[in-house]
Amino acid sequence: MKVIEIVKLLRLSAATGEEGLDREAETGYCGDLLSDVMANSKKGALWLTIQSHQNIVAVAVLRELAAVILVNGRMPDEETKIKAQGEGVPILLSPLPAYELAGKLYEIGIGRA
Amino acid sequence: MPNLTKRYPIKARDYLKAGEVSIQIQGLLKIIGFAPDFIRRVSLCAYEAEMNVVMHGGDGELTLEVDTDRVDLDVRDAGPGIEDIGLALQEGYSTASEEAREMGFGAGMGLPNIQKNSDSLDIISEKGKGTEVKIGFIA
Ligand SMILES: Nc1ncnc2c1ncn2[C@@H]1O[C@H](COP(=O)(O)OP(=O)(O)OP(=O)(O)O)[C@@H](O)[C@H]1O
Ligand SMILES: [Mg+2]
Repeated sequence: MKVIEIVKLLRLSAATGEEGLDREAETGYCGDLLSDVMANSKKGALWLTIQSHQNIVAVAVLRELAAVILVNGRMPDEETKIKAQGEGVPILLSPLPAYELAGKLYEIGIGRA
Repeated sequence: MPNLTKRYPIKARDYLKAGEVSIQIQGLLKIIGFAPDFIRRVSLCAYEAEMNVVMHGGDGELTLEVDTDRVDLDVRDAGPGIEDIGLALQEGYSTASEEAREMGFGAGMGLPNIQKNSDSLDIISEKGKGTEVKIGFIA
């Protein structure tokens, strides 16, 4: 499913505008420890996290993640937004906790083989 | 394809630029045309090594060597060094500061991640004398 469709279905907002919204999201991963996400996230995953600083962009680029979703109403730092736009990584926002959002993503078929 | 050697400086504690060297390497390896899974392995290790210099080391340098059938990373820094390398390689061991942990660093997974994703890993370090991490990949 394209990231833009997920944004619409789950009423997420995009902190980085239109950037990268046509990417395909295959699965998801929840994690707030960067090395854990480096080790265990899959290519094309949506990454649900509370981390909002600029280093999340490098993780998303290097692991070829589809998008980062900041949960619990977290907002990205200004530097994070600039970096994400520069690299074409969508940063999406949700007021829900990771557990609930992951459940909704699963319901719409993300990560269900 | 000719051999290629490139050097990238890394600044200690510069969290703003942290990761940029690894992103450049990822881009370069894509242009050269290595297989996607190979590039993922190298990028992951470059990132973990780069972050360790930023977080724990002193100012340093990453040297990338590219050959037809292999890639080597040599990451040196003039920081405090590692007292017990065996301990540093254990998953979960970390001396990261409270501040770094709040940012999601300090899981003690960086060096184990490098070990799992590379074909060779050599760490040369002495307390007070800096650190050199040599990582090899066979394409
Ligand atoms: N370049 C370095 N200079 C000094 N000490 C280092 C260096 N690299 C690693 N270390 C030491 O080795 C420990 C383990 O490193 P490792 O990368 O596995 O975990 P971490 O960096 O603490 O956490 P993570 O990588 O999961 O964010 C570090 O906490 C630090 O004590
Ligand atoms: Mg580390």
